[in-house]
Amino acid sequence: MSVNGLHYHYVVPGDDFTRAGMASNAVKKILKQLGLDPETVRKLSISLFEGEINMVIHAGGGEIDVYIDDEKIVAVLTDHGPGIADIELAMQEGWSTASEQVRGLGFGAGMGLPNMKKYSDELEIDSTLGKGTTVTLKVKIGK
Amino acid sequence: MLIKDIQRILDAQILVGGEFLDTEVRTACGSDMMSDVLAFVKDQAVLITGLLNQQAIRTAAMMDMVCVVFVRGKVPGNDILEAAKENGIAVLTTTHRMFTACGMLYEAGLNGGCHIK
Repeated sequence: MSVNGLHYHYVVPGDDFTRAGMASNAVKKILKQLGLDPETVRKLSISLFEGEINMVIHAGGGEIDVYIDDEKIVAVLTDHGPGIADIELAMQEGWSTASEQVRGLGFGAGMGLPNMKKYSDELEIDSTLGKGTTVTLKVKIGK
Repeated sequence: MLIKDIQRILDAQILVGGEFLDTEVRTACGSDMMSDVLAFVKDQAVLITGLLNQQAIRTAAMMDMVCVVFVRGKVPGNDILEAAKENGIAVLTTTHRMFTACGMLYEAGLNGGCHIK
């Protein structure tokens, strides 16, 4: 990917659920500091947050790269987890493979991917069973 | 409605963000499932929840929410309060249960602020 502009890289640890979302929080702060409109900031932050949570719940962590230029924000979430067996099914609201423990922590309602689709302008999921998943989120910057 | 109105209506204790008592709250969301909260963008909202972990605050921060109310007398730990301070979110605790707390605020004029499309 070649985006001329800003690039931020985050490592998401997979063993500490309480820390899940810290990368998204950091990105949100940067976007706010850049003076982007609140709607754009919120859209990207929520999509990224759901993706980051998924990474911790399902894939034992991963890495996040965020690219910002004048027109858009692109976030690439890469993990080496189990992969998604059926992406179409995973996109359905309410469908989840999360454990009871994760549900007890307030996630795993089967809204993660649907929310990511809802708030991003483009969502691309590339997943191979046993190898991992790469999710690319794109949000256009509003005026 | 202001945060201090919520405090009064729910007979709540303010734990963090006393300086935000005059901040306006326009809508509310009551849930323990954070992805359900994230599904509906609201403006100047309050989150009413029984979920006692940092994700409640982080979710509220992502949504630009101004206040989190913990129900059933739950008192969050310092890590949660620190996260709230960092994000400029007021934190209240009330002994009322979720249903009752939501009902009291709704009766006083606060609503969900959005409809499922």
